[in-house]
Amino acid sequence: MSGSHSSHGEASHGSVKSYVIGLVLSIVLTIVAFGMVMTGAFSTLTTVIVIVSAAVLQLLVQLIMFLHMNTKADEGWNLMSFVFTVKILVLVIGGSLWIMHNLHSNMMLD
Amino acid sequence: MATDTLGNRIVEVSEHGHDHDHHDAAGMKVFGFWVYLMSDLIIFGTLFATYAVLVGGTADGPTPGEIFDLPLILAGTFFLLFSSFTYGMAVLAMNDNKLGQLKAWLWVTFVLGAGFIGLELYEFQHLIHEGYGPDRSAFLSAFFTLVGTHGLHVFFGMIWMLVMLVQLQTKGLNDITRPRIMCLSLFWHFLDIVWICVFTFVYLMGAM
Repeated sequence: MSGSHSSHGEASHGSVKSYVIGLVLSIVLTIVAFGMVMTGAFSTLTTVIVIVSAAVLQLLVQLIMFLHMNTKADEGWNLMSFVFTVKILVLVIGGSLWIMHNLHSNMMLD
Repeated sequence: MATDTLGNRIVEVSEHGHDHDHHDAAGMKVFGFWVYLMSDLIIFGTLFATYAVLVGGTADGPTPGEIFDLPLILAGTFFLLFSSFTYGMAVLAMNDNKLGQLKAWLWVTFVLGAGFIGLELYEFQHLIHEGYGPDRSAFLSAFFTLVGTHGLHVFFGMIWMLVMLVQLQTKGLNDITRPRIMCLSLFWHFLDIVWICVFTFVYLMGAM
């Protein structure tokens, strides 16, 4: 990286092409997700599976195409801190839902 | 690699000169900001968890399906998505040292962000006017907190954008302003990523 243009740039900036690909994929995934729900043409289970998959795919598209996350920049510390954060999120969100669901059932609020 | 631009930083050109940009202060700044964003992600995570726990607590008020206006949300989603793309164009312009283009893309991004905020304020104002404010039920409290926190982030991102436009005008592109543009880039893309979770798990799931 040293040499060429800015020595203070980050390891990867992407290009017009990568941003356009990211944008197009994001538009398609967004329209698929909204279309599924707004037409209501599919069963609830199918719809949930498709929109959650579309969301996960769009997250990955934007992380890679817009945020340029990879294993090389900063020796992988960007990715490492992200993976650690995701682990915490799984614990916090999953744990909250699990505990509150149990509490709800055991108190027979319904 | 220039060694004198940011004062007393230590650049180990001889041992680590190959591909290791993280040794310089600018790279460290951007990485530090990344770590801040990870802590911000935890904030949003806790708000999502709160929303998921309270979404059923409607207190005989409206349910999510009754109050969400999906075409409006779709429009807001596209505003934010396109603004993420235009910020990318701004960063590319910066890398090519095209100051005029950089400022132009920042303005486009700012306007798109304003469009998103405008739609969100309209939605909130409409809901509150109908009597469905954050005080109506646990569901609505959690909803306004989660979506409002995201909206506030976008709003502050727009203020930051204006500040950068002023700094680009007065200081130009240098080793101080470049890392700031990069940090704001991370911030702005991050907000679009959080929004994917908001429209999927709050609006689409709620409207089903």
